[in-house]
Order: sequence, then C-alpha cells, then structure tokens
Amino acid sequence: MRRQLAIMRQSLFDQGYLDEQFIELEELQDDANPNFVEEVVTLYFRDSARLILNIQQALERKPFDFNKLDGYMHQFKGSSSSIGANKVKAESTLFREYCRSANAEGCLRAFQQLKKEYATLRKKLEAYFQLARQTGPLETASRPK
Amino acid sequence: MAAQGRHGGKKSNKMTALVVDDNTVNRMIHHRLLDNLGIENVAVVNGKEAVDIHCSGKTFDLILMDMDMPVMNGIEATRQLREMGIRSMIAGVSTRSMEREIREFIEAGLDDYQEKPLTMSKLISIIHKING
Repeated sequence: MRRQLAIMRQSLFDQGYLDEQFIELEELQDDANPNFVEEVVTLYFRDSARLILNIQQALERKPFDFNKLDGYMHQFKGSSSSIGANKVKAESTLFREYCRSANAEGCLRAFQQLKKEYATLRKKLEAYFQLARQTGPLETASRPK
Repeated sequence: MAAQGRHGGKKSNKMTALVVDDNTVNRMIHHRLLDNLGIENVAVVNGKEAVDIHCSGKTFDLILMDMDMPVMNGIEATRQLREMGIRSMIAGVSTRSMEREIREFIEAGLDDYQEKPLTMSKLISIIHKING
C-alpha cells in the first residue's frame, strides 16, 4: 500500500496537478502536526468553494463586472497557488487574462475548464489522503522524479 | 508525506511575528512556517486589525503583511504602522507581480517583499535580514 501511495503521489506531479508548493507543505509536517497537508487542503476546498460560488453568481449577472470577477479570481488563484494546485492555478491565470481584456466568452469558457480541473483535483486528493490515512505517513517528503 | 519537520526549533523567548492576511489558507500556512522556526505568532485578517493590535500595545519582531485585504489593505496598514513609529521588520507578501504595484507597497514602508506563495527559504531570508 505504501508503494501504491507513492505511485499515486508521483502521478499527481507527473500529470501536472500539483507543483513544488505541495512539497513545501509536506515539509511542514512533523510528528506534532502529522496531518498538516490534509488539513490545509481541506481548508482550501472549503474556502474556495465559496469563491467558486461567488464567481458563478457574478457570471449570471449581465453585463459582467470584470473587476469584481478578477478580484474573486485573484483570491482563488492565491489559495490555489498556496497549496500547489498547478492546473487550477493555470486556469485561474487564463480567466484573469480574459477579465482584463473584457472577454465575456473567454471568461465563461475558462471558468468551465477551471471547474473541471478543480473537481478532478479534489477527487484525486481525496483518494490520495484516504489511502494515506490507511497507510500511515511516508518517512520523508520526496521531490518528484 | 513527511513525518519529520526539517526546521523544528524550540519556542523562542524573543522572536515574535504577526501574520496579516485575509486568506485562511495562507494564514494557516504562514502560521505553520513560523511555528516550525520556533517563532511565536498571531494572525489578524486585515490591515485595520494589524494597526489595532499595535494600538493595544503589542509589538512584534516581524510582520508578514499581505497586500490585498478588505477594510484596510497592506499598503495603508504599512503606512499607518510606520507613522505610529513601528520599526518592526515588515515584509510584504503578495501574489502581485506588477512592478508599479510592488513599488507602491515597498514605498509605504516595507523592509522586504516576497512573492507568494511563501516558502521556508523565503521566510528564512526575511529573518536573516532581521538578524542582520
């Protein structure tokens, strides 16, 4: 099971879902805070769900308030970046570019893609942490190969 | 996942820090980073609370100041703290990357600026500046 956990973890990096920042979080775990990464990630998904809803609601109001949308996405991108959510962060950047160029269609497309990446990441991390809980902590955080 | 922290230290009697950030994820991470270095720290959620906590008489060796916050942003909070005579190390921490925006933040009175996400190496470089 440890090997399965390691493979699962490696694939999250190989497929671009996570970046180096996730490893920074892993390195903050210790015996006194053994679940730190899962706690931060859980907080992220709880917090960002509210932002996603705000953006969703803002996109239902016409005309778009691009400043407001950009503001929400700035916050969302910040959190995503802090946990190493690489693909989600990339989609956030694209959305913000569309906001800045006042491209409504682009915003809508980018948001749909962002939600997909967000949902995929959530599912993968939930599976990862579930397996981690069954397996117990790996001895050291290792940089992706 | 790591079982051992690599930077664990005993609680310092002297070094203290204030985290100023409206984002709960960032507050949690910054708190843990500081904790891991043995730095006692508290967190507030906007610039006004940062100013208020100083008005109550508390001071800190280090202030990690986010830029974009509701009620009072980091630029205004930094300006006010300096006007109050606060000489603590204030390190701006933000996702902003435009030179003009960062310059405005620095000119408000920062001692250092680091782009988010804050990492252990970035935090250590800030602390080295406090220690000279």
